[in-house]
Amino acid sequence: MAEMTYRDALNAAMCQEMDRDDSVFLMGEEVAEYDGAYKVSRGMLERYGDQRVVDSPISELGFAGLCVGAAMTGLRPICEFMTFNFSILALDQVINSAAKMLYMSNGQIPVPIVFRGPTGAALQLSAQHSQACETYYVHAPGVKLVTPATPADAKGLLAAAIRDDDPVAVMEGELLYNVRGEVPDGEYIIPLGVADLKRSGDDVSIVTHGKMVHVALQAAGLLAREGIEAEVLDLRSIRPLDVDAILETVARTNRVVYLEEGWPFAGVGAQIVSMIQDEAFDDLDAPVVRVTQADIPMPYAKNLEQLAKPSAKSVVNACRQVLYLPAA
Amino acid sequence: MAQAIGEMEAKVNGTELSTADGEADAAGLEGFSREELHALLADMLLYRRFEEKAEEAYAIGKIGGFCHLHIGQEGLAAGAIKPLRGDDLVITAYREHTQAIAKGITPRAAMAELYGRTTGCSGGRGGSMHLFDTSVGFMGGHGIVGGQIPLGAGLGWAIRYRGGDQVCVCFMGDAAVNQGAFLESLNMSAIWRLPVIYVVENNGYGMGTAFSRVSVTDMEARSGACGVPAHTINGQDVLETYRFFEDLAAKVRAGAGPQFVNALTYRFRGHSMSDPVSGTYRSKEEVEAHITQQDPITILRDRMMEAGLLTQEELEAIDAGARSISDDAADFADASPVPDPSTLYDHVYAEINEHGRLFLDGRGERPGDGGPANG
Repeated sequence: MAEMTYRDALNAAMCQEMDRDDSVFLMGEEVAEYDGAYKVSRGMLERYGDQRVVDSPISELGFAGLCVGAAMTGLRPICEFMTFNFSILALDQVINSAAKMLYMSNGQIPVPIVFRGPTGAALQLSAQHSQACETYYVHAPGVKLVTPATPADAKGLLAAAIRDDDPVAVMEGELLYNVRGEVPDGEYIIPLGVADLKRSGDDVSIVTHGKMVHVALQAAGLLAREGIEAEVLDLRSIRPLDVDAILETVARTNRVVYLEEGWPFAGVGAQIVSMIQDEAFDDLDAPVVRVTQADIPMPYAKNLEQLAKPSAKSVVNACRQVLYLPAA
Repeated sequence: MAQAIGEMEAKVNGTELSTADGEADAAGLEGFSREELHALLADMLLYRRFEEKAEEAYAIGKIGGFCHLHIGQEGLAAGAIKPLRGDDLVITAYREHTQAIAKGITPRAAMAELYGRTTGCSGGRGGSMHLFDTSVGFMGGHGIVGGQIPLGAGLGWAIRYRGGDQVCVCFMGDAAVNQGAFLESLNMSAIWRLPVIYVVENNGYGMGTAFSRVSVTDMEARSGACGVPAHTINGQDVLETYRFFEDLAAKVRAGAGPQFVNALTYRFRGHSMSDPVSGTYRSKEEVEAHITQQDPITILRDRMMEAGLLTQEELEAIDAGARSISDDAADFADASPVPDPSTLYDHVYAEINEHGRLFLDGRGERPGDGGPANG
């Protein structure tokens, strides 16, 4: 184990896979000479050369489609979006090409591609640079999605995504890149579809993914001071979804809060709540409560932005709600 | 587009052609053996009869959905694809039945796909717009205008990445050049000198909108902005097209970088089966003038006959062969099984592990209930 940043863990995963497989290459804006807009690909140009670490023009639709085309022949592109906000320009190639190619071709053409970059809000970047894009991706059958929250998960999930034969979106976070943590040395793979219990507790379950894992842990710390023990289940992978792990935590605490960074309308949490009511209705002692971003474009003003984002306090109050306790 | 019929003779969809006068020059046939000429004629007649058969099957409900016919444009399928190597790649849009057959998909597999049968080249999952066969280098059949252009660039990228000497031919209609994907792809192809030949099948209309109404520049100017060399050819002349592509593919194979071909042609049918042949956007006279004067099949036929390389009997035999292959394809398709309902969820994902669920509708991952979904 070595302590490293989330950023360096992603870099380690890409290098691990590029060392073992010549068909893996990295393409995106500023990934080569600039070392990555967020320095995730630092040093990779020097190590792998400009045929495998490739600066693209600012043409998200074009280079995403080019990477999908390359993947149609069996190459394994890592297509970096500077942020997933910009990938909205590329969604035609993600959804109409990458997600559907295997099905339309009756299994002839797998598309083993990774789309990666940060999703969600950072600080005061306002409406067009602050949105969680998970729903756009998981809505389409054919796409997989993972959302690492820690450096170890970043390494293991990105490596698994690169080896996977399907299109996998790996959604990171600007505010996660500097997070430090222990990361296993050597080859490290976390299978897609395995949730991780980040904290155990018997009173209430906070189910979440990505950057919000840290908000959930903070909320769990606040609740512990009041004698309430919250469990924090990090899904890590939205599609495939570790349904068993969700059902286990529901059965243990009977009270669930779903926390996500995205909007509520047709959000990831809406799907999880639907699944829980389908499969574990009788285990619930209270309706599931969702904590999400406010259903508005992200405002710029610092006070409004804070109001719009999910906070530890809003999670604490949601947990109190499912425990039928008054708001703190 | 409202030229008098007399003017049509020298024009395809209103563009003056700069080609050598084929009639005066029996040598328009130069470089082709008798066998090669017969083969090209047979190819184009097969494409024509195949699509007429599809038209018939559509009319009686054997084929559903959208069905875009290439009739009138067969010179481009034969002329641009037949000179390619087996391991070269072709990717295209949704008017692609004849291109698929030209690249090596059998008429049976193509027709069965139109019928939505398991024996179709896409197992009945793709239909008219999504024919695929990787074993012959036919990479689809794509339904979003311009969507296949970045994919074509990616196929070219992969060839270059692996150090291969294949070329990728990426077809599109004239309307596709107004998509951002076109400019983005040509620009990247030029930066990285990708071995891709982008071919606009310029039939003058994006569905019912004349190109001249949606562009103030001519077609060649579109690729110049990206530094990709442009060429205009007469797509109704299969021999000119064949020679041109034979030469261009060799140049691209040798490292000439991406190319842009503006191939003038004309669609003899409506945009799709649900559209009239002529109407508010083009006149009956214009269509008839092209059918009588710019049919790639009759142009080649007449030249061969004039040169004494084709008799009426031979022509009839070739045509009978094309009809018989098309009838056989339709009979084969009709007799083929529809997809098994248990395969509904097959091939959504290529890799499914034992962890987690990929489907939440309660169907995909239960064997016998529309699953399992493993590719």
